[in-house]
Amino acid sequence: MGPFDLSSIAAAWPYLLNGLLFSLELTIVGFLGGLVFGTGLALVRHMDLPFAAPIATAYITLMRSIPLIMVLFWFFFLMPLILMWATGASRPVPIGPVWTAFITFTLFEAAYYAEIIRAGLKAIPKGQFEASKALGMTTTKTYRLVILPQVLRMVSPILLTQTIILFQDTSLVYVLSITDLLGAAAKVAQRDARLVEMYLTAAVVYMVICSAASQMVAVLRTRYAIPSRA
Amino acid sequence: MSFVLFETVQDGDERYLDWLVSGLGWTIGLAAAGGCIAFAIGVIVGSARTSRHRGIAIAARLYVEVFRNIPVIVQMFLWYFVLPELLPKELGDAYKKLAPPWGSFVPALFGLSLYTAARVAEQVRAGIEALPNGQRAAAQALGMTELEVYRLVLLPQALRIIMPTLTSEVMGIFKNTSVALTIGLLELTAQARQINEFTFQTFQAFGSATGIYLMLALAVYAVMHWLEARFSMPGQGLARIPRPSRPGAAGEKA
Repeated sequence: MGPFDLSSIAAAWPYLLNGLLFSLELTIVGFLGGLVFGTGLALVRHMDLPFAAPIATAYITLMRSIPLIMVLFWFFFLMPLILMWATGASRPVPIGPVWTAFITFTLFEAAYYAEIIRAGLKAIPKGQFEASKALGMTTTKTYRLVILPQVLRMVSPILLTQTIILFQDTSLVYVLSITDLLGAAAKVAQRDARLVEMYLTAAVVYMVICSAASQMVAVLRTRYAIPSRA
Repeated sequence: MSFVLFETVQDGDERYLDWLVSGLGWTIGLAAAGGCIAFAIGVIVGSARTSRHRGIAIAARLYVEVFRNIPVIVQMFLWYFVLPELLPKELGDAYKKLAPPWGSFVPALFGLSLYTAARVAEQVRAGIEALPNGQRAAAQALGMTELEVYRLVLLPQALRIIMPTLTSEVMGIFKNTSVALTIGLLELTAQARQINEFTFQTFQAFGSATGIYLMLALAVYAVMHWLEARFSMPGQGLARIPRPSRPGAAGEKA
């Protein structure tokens, strides 16, 4: 291994960028999917639906107690079996590492988003539910028009901070040999024996993105705060 | 179906259960050592973030920005792959030749503890900033040095305030130990994967490891809850002193 070689970074840059695009794609899928499913989980718990609420609680506790790598391993193994059972196929249906990653991040992040949203739901004064009821609103309308808009706005800085952690966590798909930013860096590092250049570049890219995103969250927090709750 | 954990491993007289126990040992060892270092550095850096000396505050801010914003797996790679290349040759070679599992454990410990320290530091800072300004002013008026202000007045209160949020960091450090498998440490998740590869009993291998992680999380929760109660001070709003409830009293407030 020679001295620090900037040209090796330049040569690998398009490949790294491609990897970064996958990391961002996975972040967006995990964010959107996790937010929808997580909101559902939070509502089920908040409304204390019979049967569903304890299941949601158990699901959230389980997901939050085990490491993401373990969850990735689980789904990599389980999804083909679930698909076999669901489609009636005679053998497990392999879905590959990329789909495993999309599904795992959606289901895993949902547990974290759910707890954030649930905390927001708890902060809504009871009077709002009573007032909505007095106005003749259905439960669905109450949550959709009155409660959730406030909750999502209130917890959005925490949701975004969690999403930055989600972006960092996408690097763990390394264990499935996916070519995300870290995977791309690792592949070039081993092929060209450029460990120092590749891993430092990956580290700097992650740091710049996460740092910039945190600053943006801080700005949003002050600018879009609901005045009375600021 | 038989329990594969109690079977003897191929070419050896251990049982698969022993692998799992050994993995659990490294998981707890890494989490405990990493947690202590992270707490020590986190308290120092978090205090420094609120220092009135600009230079110290900026340096602490820089630490947090760097170590919080690089994924923990990348940090472990830096300590494992990159550090030995940057060290003087003899030192780097010695570092690479550390006997297993220390060759993986040491870089994993660096990565995990410095990352967690940055997160703890932000909470310590938040805790200190949550205190009224008068606390610092009063301590200074009593003639305390800056160090004494932190050690005797600010930190004892701030640390109590952040106790609940520290719980999730402790849980986090246990979960993040699994990242060390990527640099070759045979901790709990790695052992589960290995048992799966040897026996193809995936449900048993991953299931038992998952069960152990759940129990670890419960244990962490119980210990932190106990610590919180143990160190709570009456009148601080954090105290969990059982009070006889009287009818018509306002709802429970933690």
